[in-house]
Amino acid sequence: MTENTQFDGRRWHDMGGSSAGPVPTEQHDFSLWEKRVDALMIIASGKGHFTVDGLRRVLEDMGEEAFETMTYYERWIASVNQNLIEAGVYTTAELAQRMTEVAARGTTYGEAASD
Amino acid sequence: MTNRQYMRVRSDMPPGHVRTPSYLRGKTGWVERTLGPFPNPEQLAYGLKGQPLPLLRVRFAMAEVWGAETENPDDTLDAEIYSHWLEPAEAPHAP
Repeated sequence: MTENTQFDGRRWHDMGGSSAGPVPTEQHDFSLWEKRVDALMIIASGKGHFTVDGLRRVLEDMGEEAFETMTYYERWIASVNQNLIEAGVYTTAELAQRMTEVAARGTTYGEAASD
Repeated sequence: MTNRQYMRVRSDMPPGHVRTPSYLRGKTGWVERTLGPFPNPEQLAYGLKGQPLPLLRVRFAMAEVWGAETENPDDTLDAEIYSHWLEPAEAPHAP
């Protein structure tokens, strides 16, 4: 059993009270796709598909390695996707087909818009 | 002081989505106020209907949380904890 599938004791994300180094306070801009992920979360919860509690649950279950290797909104979109599939909004097969269609548009916003 | 309602946070460490921080589990504080009821987020997290539960704002002495050697033992810390994580308790021994 790895640290990411801890079945008793303190879970990896439960960091309150732990020692920590300096907290970075600098601001940064968000890219368009990150803003879209944020909007998607608001829309999906507004429609009642899942709550912020479900978002958090999947983020926690993704484990410490995801926390170290993925950015904030990369983890969010993975969690939003998992919750939307669980809520029956679309199937994995439908998602796969749509991703193939989107990938065919090109790798940049410019290419996608020029279609 | 005299009418404080002391509560001990359950020391359980279950898997799954839990909304009680582990550093407070097993610690005793007193009820500052009662909020809610709010649907249990530990059920909402799995797409279930959340049972309405009281949410208690519990006040802990720093000495209770971090030990008597902590910097400011008489300072307090408030945490909002759902009622199913709390059980009635005696006042902790004064440091």
